[in-house]
Amino acid sequence: MALAQADVLAGLKEIVEEVAGIPAASIELDKNFTDDLEVDSLSMVEVVVAAEERFGVKIPDEAVTDLVTVGDAVNFIVNAAK
Amino acid sequence: MSARRVVVTGLGATTPLGGDVATTWSALLAGTSGVRLLSEEWAQTIPVRFAARVAVEPSEQMERVEMRRLDRSEQFAVIASREAWKDAGSPEMDKERLGVVIASGIGGVTTMLDQYDILREKGARLVSPHTVPMLMPNGPAANVGLELQAKAGVHTPVSACASGAEAIGYALEMIRNNRADVVVSGGVEAAIHVMPMSGFAAMKALSTRNDDPARASRPYDLNRDGFVLGEGGGVLVLEEYEHARARGAKIYCELVGQGLTSDGYHIAAPDPDGAGVQRAIKFALRDAGLSTKDIVHLNAHATSTPAGDVAEANALRAALGDDADHVAVSATKSMTGHLLGGAGAIESVFIVKSLQDRLAPPSINIDDLDPAVTIDVVRDKPRALPAGDIAALNDSFGFGGHNVVLVFKSI
Repeated sequence: MALAQADVLAGLKEIVEEVAGIPAASIELDKNFTDDLEVDSLSMVEVVVAAEERFGVKIPDEAVTDLVTVGDAVNFIVNAAK
Repeated sequence: MSARRVVVTGLGATTPLGGDVATTWSALLAGTSGVRLLSEEWAQTIPVRFAARVAVEPSEQMERVEMRRLDRSEQFAVIASREAWKDAGSPEMDKERLGVVIASGIGGVTTMLDQYDILREKGARLVSPHTVPMLMPNGPAANVGLELQAKAGVHTPVSACASGAEAIGYALEMIRNNRADVVVSGGVEAAIHVMPMSGFAAMKALSTRNDDPARASRPYDLNRDGFVLGEGGGVLVLEEYEHARARGAKIYCELVGQGLTSDGYHIAAPDPDGAGVQRAIKFALRDAGLSTKDIVHLNAHATSTPAGDVAEANALRAALGDDADHVAVSATKSMTGHLLGGAGAIESVFIVKSLQDRLAPPSINIDDLDPAVTIDVVRDKPRALPAGDIAALNDSFGFGGHNVVLVFKSI
């Protein structure tokens, strides 16, 4: 099932806000999870599991280290859902 | 090097009587019970349907995102430590000289049980990555240490219901030994959950006075039938005396000694002779350089169990002798319930306030004083403590036969 980039971004914003308390409005594609959004390695696990549940995709552990920015995660999820 | 003296420069608490020290202390002097019926459905499934929850939920005192990464016991530690640190004037200091010693009897038991429920219902993948840092018993100390950037050492003594007092004693030694100049110390507990309560109920340790929860915790009363589980925590900022003076800190009182012993008698029952308690009092007074004549107040362990209260009272009478006649004994668990690893800590906070205000808090719910109790219990109303130099004791005991006595002195 194809996912629109905008829908994935909107969903990720909600997840990051829930996990890290960063207001959704300040979460953009170029934001770095660690440096900009205070998502540490433990919280990143939460983001990944929540994203898998929400978008029905599998994000393998070896892929997670490459998800540096929100945009990386959006692209991965959109591609994984194709 | 001359002996390093240790003083109290900050206090913090979140208890069944209030979300801070001031509110808790005024409720305590007013003789208020913090014990209530539990509203959770599970409470209907066990023999004990009441407990002493904190008066102010952590959600009213910290941000949601912070809360979800902290076990409830860690939330209590962070909340009480913030108050204590602020009360101490948020000292600017070398963080390599700052320590944290905060204890818990059981640690993050609700996190462990909640995550186990998730494991069974939804599978391993949905177990939170925060589970281990939340359930580890050193989590409360570690989170406070992280927030304050304490680098002299972060520790967590565990001795069941003596843990909070033991933590304060450990902190005393850290400063005396010149490992630190300031140590944030205390104890917390958050174990009001169907499983630990079932365990305590199975031991017949808890009161089952379901028809009158506020009157259930009744230390020294003839008809006491067990303790009431409480939650929350207390924190004291301990500081080396010259360090406190140099920065112009407000000094409440001095922590002058501690005594530690173990019973070698039974895993849960108190030694009826109280020999271990007597030795702990003797050692604590010797450590403090004081005699029984100097003691005017004692905040007792007094949990409201049939065996424990009398064993303790007998030990106190034996250790203090005739001088017990001028020791005003307060059983504050009659109001707060029993905070397990937090008990010795909040009761130490109470002693510091007693020395400051020269008032011993009352013990409530004593309708018929057990005739076996031959110590001078403060009943119903606070009692004035004498002017001049005075000292007070906190005694705490834990399953496993742990005995801890702390000595505080006016300054």
